[in-house]
Amino acid sequence: MNDTLLKTIFGRLTLESLPLHEPIVVATFAMVAIGGLGLVAALTYFKVWGYLWNQWFTSVDHKKIGIMYIILAIVMLLRGFSDAIMMRAQQAMAFNGSEGYLTAHHYDQVFTAHGVIMIFFVAMPLVTGLMNYVVPLQIGARDVSFPFLNNFSFWMTAAGAVIVMMSLFIGEFARTGWLAMPPLSGLAYSPDVGVDYYIWALQIAGIGTLLSGVNLVATIVKMRAPGMTMMKMPIFTWTSLCTNILIVAAFPVLTAVLAMLSLDRYIGTAFFTNDSGGNPMMYVNLIWIWGHPEVYILVLPAFGIFSEVTSTFSGKRLFGYSSMVYATLVITILAYLVWLHHFFTMGSGASVNSFFGITTMIISIPTGAKIFNWLFTMYKGRIRFELPMMWTIAFMVTFTIGGMTGVLLAVPPADFVLHNSLFLVAHFHNVIIGGTLFGMFAGINYWFPKAFGFKLDQTWGKISFWCWVVGFYFAFMPLYVLGLMGVTRRMRYFDDPNLQIWFVIAAFGAALIAAGIGAFLMQIFVSIRNREKLADLTGDPWNGRTLEWATSSPPPEYNFAFTPVVHDLDAWYDMKDRKHVRPLTGFKAIHMPSGTGTGVVLAGLSVAFGFAMIWYIWWLAGLALAGIFGTTIFHTFNYKRDYHIPVEDVIASEDARTRQLATQGA
Amino acid sequence: MTVVTQLSRSKISARKWLAALPLALLTSGCDWVVMSPSGDIAVQQRDLVLIATGLMLLIIVPVIAMTLFFAFRYRQSNKAAKYEPNWDHSVGLELLIWGVPLLIIIALGALTWTSTHLLDPYRPLGRIKPDTPTLANNVPVGNLVDKQQAGNGPNGAGKPLEVQVVALDWKWLFIYPEYGIATVNELAAPVDRPIRFQMTSSSVMNAFYIPALAGMIYTMPGMQTTLNAVINKPGNYEGFSSNYSGAGFSGMRFRFHGVSDAGFAAWVNQVKQRGGGLNRASYLQLEKPSEKVPVRYYNAVEPKIFTAIVEQCVQPGKVCMSQMMHGGKSGGDSHAGMAMPGVNGGKGPQEASERVKGALMKDADEKGSGNHWTAPADIKRDGANSAPGSQSNRNHTMLSPSTMPGTRPVANG
Repeated sequence: MNDTLLKTIFGRLTLESLPLHEPIVVATFAMVAIGGLGLVAALTYFKVWGYLWNQWFTSVDHKKIGIMYIILAIVMLLRGFSDAIMMRAQQAMAFNGSEGYLTAHHYDQVFTAHGVIMIFFVAMPLVTGLMNYVVPLQIGARDVSFPFLNNFSFWMTAAGAVIVMMSLFIGEFARTGWLAMPPLSGLAYSPDVGVDYYIWALQIAGIGTLLSGVNLVATIVKMRAPGMTMMKMPIFTWTSLCTNILIVAAFPVLTAVLAMLSLDRYIGTAFFTNDSGGNPMMYVNLIWIWGHPEVYILVLPAFGIFSEVTSTFSGKRLFGYSSMVYATLVITILAYLVWLHHFFTMGSGASVNSFFGITTMIISIPTGAKIFNWLFTMYKGRIRFELPMMWTIAFMVTFTIGGMTGVLLAVPPADFVLHNSLFLVAHFHNVIIGGTLFGMFAGINYWFPKAFGFKLDQTWGKISFWCWVVGFYFAFMPLYVLGLMGVTRRMRYFDDPNLQIWFVIAAFGAALIAAGIGAFLMQIFVSIRNREKLADLTGDPWNGRTLEWATSSPPPEYNFAFTPVVHDLDAWYDMKDRKHVRPLTGFKAIHMPSGTGTGVVLAGLSVAFGFAMIWYIWWLAGLALAGIFGTTIFHTFNYKRDYHIPVEDVIASEDARTRQLATQGA
Repeated sequence: MTVVTQLSRSKISARKWLAALPLALLTSGCDWVVMSPSGDIAVQQRDLVLIATGLMLLIIVPVIAMTLFFAFRYRQSNKAAKYEPNWDHSVGLELLIWGVPLLIIIALGALTWTSTHLLDPYRPLGRIKPDTPTLANNVPVGNLVDKQQAGNGPNGAGKPLEVQVVALDWKWLFIYPEYGIATVNELAAPVDRPIRFQMTSSSVMNAFYIPALAGMIYTMPGMQTTLNAVINKPGNYEGFSSNYSGAGFSGMRFRFHGVSDAGFAAWVNQVKQRGGGLNRASYLQLEKPSEKVPVRYYNAVEPKIFTAIVEQCVQPGKVCMSQMMHGGKSGGDSHAGMAMPGVNGGKGPQEASERVKGALMKDADEKGSGNHWTAPADIKRDGANSAPGSQSNRNHTMLSPSTMPGTRPVANG
């Protein structure tokens, strides 16, 4: 066939684009394909497709969407962590003239993909998933403000993840580092599909993140139970509010900066090019104006979780609630005033550098106040060392160290010697793993019984905990040392044989973390097997303090048969204290939003659009875009958006709970 | 200047005080180059790291200790410990937990403000080493003046050594305008003479970093950055790019020699004798991506070539940025701009006669293929080594974009 015709149909997609010559990728593909086929076959065999479609994929229930976010995150964690293991193995091997087992082209994709996946498709979905699940329950709401939007947001995030995963098997991913800084990421230096995969994966997932931010802000502002004034909101809800405000304010910047990069790449504008008046520094500024608030987007919800966990497991009111709230707000505002500390080394003047260095240090004051507040919550408490509390204490120790190295890096002249070094890599893993990830594990262990009606297994949970914590120290303390030895990040091989031992220790740490991830999966598996024994029939397995523990585990789809009325900060604890009696009569039919497949369809079309743009298949891009608009317009004519849960069903499920509680002697 | 030196001195005494800390003990004896550098700027930066760490440990250590102690003390099984489930507020404690970090940050903030200004890479050096200040115009005082005049000839007298640094894909070009020489991947400077680096990059961002000498500063295309530093001990140090810049990044390393004045003169002579000429044509040849490039010397360096590199107009016919800003058309078609060499397989200036087109502007047959570039292709990289002069080290990575769409790119060697 004619070459022009072929290129019109397939854009730049050719058979050459399949990485058939790359044994590692081919083997991975074979494994994924076999696993995927097996999964599809099993789902078909057990006839669960209909169930999955009706009860999960099209559901607008915030609880199911939250769970789907977390499943997505765990799946992507496996991918992101495989990249980490590959990097650690490469760096541990590539000494004494050996260049390891990864070529530059492969290795550069691996570290880029690791960063992108861990931030956008592991940490973000974990955070969003937990907020989605918990916030409406904590504020006594029936669902979020815009339930369909919630479903759509999730599927857009998943669509972004699908595009990233596609790059593994069709073409390649970016070789630019996780922020795709121009000029390296411009068309002149990265003409291939990698950066386009990066751009479209983030743009599509970014729509989901932004909309979910809007949704949760509206939910928290408008849908709180009567009596829950702002200063009676649970801390997790407060940190969620601040996080989502940060999302709403920061993500449009990311969208804009990536849009400008795409314009440079697709129609030859010169925003960030070296020539024609473009300025790459503009990208650096803009991406960090998004990038620094992003750090707090990830860590604030974790702070909220730790507040809930510390208070619950110390059996005590949270110390200094209002100082906690103000600390959160101060962090939210200061998050926008520190972005330049990511590039002190790019030649800014001393006054500019000191300004941003000092604002950065100031953030450590409210953060420190938070740590102290948790400390004094533990003080004169009765601490139960359940898994969430163990994660919290590990966090307090680990995060403090990460915070210290962070403040150190905020001193510009110190940053000049440590910037871009493995010290920096160790620092941000120290805060992201020690802060966000430990927080998410605390949260998962804490709220799992709420979501599924049984606790997670302790033994495997402890194994996972110790592997993660010890593994973290083994993996990242050597990187601090290497940073002080002047070793830069993203190196593929090394000359100095003295460094090798440190990389070997770090690789051992990564192996321990791998065991931690394995034990975590095992923990879930064992817990599902022993769910009878681990069952929580009370709905309040930890002697909780906030409203989510007032309803059954798992909660009915309407969350609360009657909207609770709040009188105190720890609403549920206060209700228990005042011998609150659960109403047994007077139920009414409940108005609920109905599910829709539109989110799935729109996300599917977005994947097609992204793929077409990446490969320059213009006709498909046009078609997919038309499909997106068409579906959106079509959906506006869908008037079957709600239904009522009949009062008999409400009575039936509430009576079932009454009987369940009776067996517990409650 | 006196203020400057006083501040520097006070830092030194603080450092001595800090040496008592375990951290300092742990780090001082080892070969951790950031902790035991050989240049005065890097030494001051190291001191700052130690002082800041010490200040923070004042609060970090108690916090960690308290965390572990409270967790142990108030465990559920310890019924002896006090339990006050409703105690949630204390004005005194709140003042303490906001106040103490605030005080430490005030101290650290003051330290940051002064040290950032004192150690601003653009600031001419105030001292050669502790107790050896430079004069305001950077002339070293005392016998150093004589030494420098003797060692550096009439051109170098009293002035800092000017070095123009160009980060290329993936090697370093150092131009010594004072001596009319240039080198690739080798840098030398006399001990105790201030050095002023003017830096830029040919294509993508890199960072110029010699840990033993001073902190890093980025080199950026179309922009010029400055770093002032001095080396105090003779030695053979490592330098490299500390910002990822593409496939050949890991091999983008060079040696930095701190030598005596006589040694430096000898080195300059050696470069002059062994080197070839560096003009625009040979620069454009050198600029092509290549990896692990052995040391190269140039004796006759075209004047002003560094300015042309910064302004992106080395190629004949390209308009310099300063002229473009004024809408000048003297140099030719301003739209031609600077075509770029290939980092990730893009077209180099030799291949592209015009600006890179956006994808949407391309005709179907211009799209090229989306080859999976991780393919081993024809790149033979095993057996490469970093020994200078080894033939196996040249041009490992450069892939010439294929002239025919849909065909595999070939290694350029």
